[in-house]
Amino acid sequence: MDSRRNFIKSMTVIAASIAMMGTMQLANAADTIKVGILHSLSGTMAISETSLKDVALMTIAEINKNGGVMGKQLEAVVVDPASDWPLFATKARQLLSQDKVAVTFGCWTSVSRKSVLPVYKELNGLLFYPVQYEGEELEKNVFYTGAAPNQQAIPAVEYLLSKEGGGAKRFVLLGTDYVYPRTTNKILRAFLHSKGITDDNIIEEYTPFGHSDYQTIVANIKKFSTGGKTAVVSTINGDSNVPFYKELGNAGLKAKDVPVVAFSVGEEELRGVDTKPLVGHLAAWNYFMSIKNPTNTEFKKKWAAYAKSAKLPTADKPLTNDPMEATYIGINMWKQAVEKAKSTDTDKVIAAMGGQTFPAPGGFVSTMDPKNHHLHKPVFIGEIKSDGQFKVVWKTPGPVKAQPWSPYIVGNDKKPDEPEVK
Amino acid sequence: MLLNSLILKRHGLALVAIKRAMPRMLAPLLMFALMAFNINASALTNEEKVGLATGENESRMAVLDQVVAKGDVDALPFLKLIIDDAIKIQGKDVVIVGDDATTDALTGKEVTLSDDAEDIVNNNRMGSELDASVAALNLLSKDAKVRLESAKALQGTEANASRLSLIQKVEETETDDKVKDMLALVRASIQLTSEDKAMRLAAAETLAASANSGIKQMLSTRLAEGGETDPEVKTAIQDALKNIDRNLAMYERIGQMFTGISLGSILLLAALGLAVTYGLMGVINMAHGEMMMIGAYVTFLVQNFFLHYMPSYFQWYLLAAVPAAFVITGLVGIVLEKTVLRFLYGRPLETLLATWGVSLILMQAVRTIFGAQNVSVENPAWMSGGIEVAANLVLPYNRIFIIAFAVMVLVMIWLMLTKTRLGLFIRAVTQNRGMASCTGVNTSKVDALAFGLGSGIAGLAGVALSQIGNVGPALGQSYIVDSFMVVVVGGVGQLAGAVYAAMGVGILSKFLEGMAGAVLAKIFILVIVIIFIQKRPQGLFAFKGRSID
Repeated sequence: MDSRRNFIKSMTVIAASIAMMGTMQLANAADTIKVGILHSLSGTMAISETSLKDVALMTIAEINKNGGVMGKQLEAVVVDPASDWPLFATKARQLLSQDKVAVTFGCWTSVSRKSVLPVYKELNGLLFYPVQYEGEELEKNVFYTGAAPNQQAIPAVEYLLSKEGGGAKRFVLLGTDYVYPRTTNKILRAFLHSKGITDDNIIEEYTPFGHSDYQTIVANIKKFSTGGKTAVVSTINGDSNVPFYKELGNAGLKAKDVPVVAFSVGEEELRGVDTKPLVGHLAAWNYFMSIKNPTNTEFKKKWAAYAKSAKLPTADKPLTNDPMEATYIGINMWKQAVEKAKSTDTDKVIAAMGGQTFPAPGGFVSTMDPKNHHLHKPVFIGEIKSDGQFKVVWKTPGPVKAQPWSPYIVGNDKKPDEPEVK
Repeated sequence: MLLNSLILKRHGLALVAIKRAMPRMLAPLLMFALMAFNINASALTNEEKVGLATGENESRMAVLDQVVAKGDVDALPFLKLIIDDAIKIQGKDVVIVGDDATTDALTGKEVTLSDDAEDIVNNNRMGSELDASVAALNLLSKDAKVRLESAKALQGTEANASRLSLIQKVEETETDDKVKDMLALVRASIQLTSEDKAMRLAAAETLAASANSGIKQMLSTRLAEGGETDPEVKTAIQDALKNIDRNLAMYERIGQMFTGISLGSILLLAALGLAVTYGLMGVINMAHGEMMMIGAYVTFLVQNFFLHYMPSYFQWYLLAAVPAAFVITGLVGIVLEKTVLRFLYGRPLETLLATWGVSLILMQAVRTIFGAQNVSVENPAWMSGGIEVAANLVLPYNRIFIIAFAVMVLVMIWLMLTKTRLGLFIRAVTQNRGMASCTGVNTSKVDALAFGLGSGIAGLAGVALSQIGNVGPALGQSYIVDSFMVVVVGGVGQLAGAVYAAMGVGILSKFLEGMAGAVLAKIFILVIVIIFIQKRPQGLFAFKGRSID
């Protein structure tokens, strides 16, 4: 009898404490602002996106340490869409309707962004997209902190055409087979036409995601290059870049003969690749780890300290790159906008975002355009060095305003430079 | 950092060596230079040093051309310092950053290196000019080997008239025929832009003899608008291009064959294990790809072990990874057979589902232990780079290694199956289980060992794959379809079939990729294989004799 009473008593205590814990959690939840992080942590894109998740967590921890946003702590909700595009939409819906996040930082590939877009529009969510992309899009619910084509692709090709860049006469447009490379190459082809380069001097090649045998493609590039000074524009995304660059090095295709300029290869993707044979190949970004200025030094220091304290597997060689910088800027700008709007309400934050400024590690003050949801960014072109870093060989004198609707695509001149509000 | 200082140290040594050897080595050269050019070939002047290090690339190149035109071999150490990024600009001073001290390039005095010292930016254009200039100056070397290297390096570089006189001088006195021929090509490619029509004609004719893609590029560019205008020279260039094309064509075909064989050897490695487990034993093993993945992860572990405990033998970690991968994946295979498969013999559908489940479990296990991200498996130094057969054909070492490895594994399996007692048992059990059992063969033990053998071979494939692609939990997924394809096309129960099928599929898909691109080639291959299986369900080689089951 006694024991049974004891049992009931103890059960009651347990039940009560569980209930208390529940209310405590609720109380906690009211005091925090939930922030969604939607990056692939597995699959072919994990090579690029994992560090974006980590830098987002670092920035959130930093904001929390300095008192949070409007006195509330941020709470990160991390999900793994596993490089699976439909899963991105599922996870985005979960973040918005189940976790009720105030904002999401996420996506790398344009196909993943396209797949979550309807969800953000339907549920009126807020997405910060940190990666350079093909443009041709301007959505009220998205802020693009990466580069539009005129902030990366067009200047890079202009450089290749210039005397300093080698004066290329023929172009190989090589990419992974999805919307970003196809659209970028469409824009580039139109741009090259405007520079007098004819179709027989341009070849386009696409490979599936996760492709690992680049022998034929590298041989084709070699053959094509005998017809005149050739440059390769690579929009290969994800871990295919590792076998591509390995093949490039092994096949002896030197940057001095055929330079390869990449739009989705940064310091992180070159980790673990022997970069000595790749010296001189190029990348165009709005930030490089090697840029020297006090803001960047501090940013790198913070990242190294965070990588160490979070025991990241990459802590012994912490690397920063452009999309990481864009994520960092995005989260900080969102914080400023929330504080200006005094609310996390999507529409109020969107209204407060325009004109926000933030001292970016790239060495310039980044400004959010008052209207078009894109950052004004400087453009850098860097050559790969033997230690896997980039040395800047060309840069714009100052930040460039984004043109999400490329003027090289017919009919774009009539599109407004701000998202439609319905 | 360590590497950097090592490199710098080497420079320091090289400089010392050059200084010591100066009187002996350079004196005759200097004499030669003095006589040949009748100019004072003293070391770089201070203006030249500043001009090389600072200002726009255009003006730097002009100074560089002057230095080369003078044949100033003393400029070499300074040029090399510029190439190796050892020179920085500090305020207005040009400083040399050494291993333990920074010195002013002009005065030679020691200075302190400040944080805001700027690197000299040599982009690709400047870099190739610097390289070509160093090569041109090195033509004045006494050492025939150095001259040969330099002449090779000058092939296909941008035509630069300021190097012409130097190259002509060297060509005249050159004794080595090989170097002489190469220099003739370099000279001709400079003369291709000469004012004199006869000279251009002669140049085009000389260049026709080459088999260099850089020279072909130069001729094509010359032929394009804004280049050559004279019709006679134009036809000469066209003829030269045709000739070069002929010279290059053979290597192109060899290259295509090589890529096909290389892909075939990878397919073969992936399929060999399956040829044993599926081909001989009839187990539809959907976890075959994961065995390869385990092999690749074992390679990763062995690499890390070497990195931590014996870094001096790091270059040879692959030799240890091969047996380790074989044994560990083999053991995983035996455990799998003992715990799952032996209950399912003769029930193909259940086997398929069970092994698929196992594959998911293995993938998730690896994800949990090593993380979902790819792990980096470094190539040993001897695997990067390649043999340069011709200017347009480089055979990469890692591909050659994998072809050799595939052949080795194939021979091993063949010996194992035909020459050993275990092989005899395996063949006996797969051909007639009941009869073999009657004669006293422990069939369940043979089953386990055979499955272990197949899995171990898959592990070996994983070692090879870790050297060319990414190592991640999903590694096996991308090869499982190809492996089954090869075994089915080759004919179940035959090793030879797998070899022919792997080579056939490899060469065919590389051929199709060349025509239609990677995405379409993959689709075509699958369509072709489906049609083939429709027409010939038993595969290339049918198993003759009594039925297996």
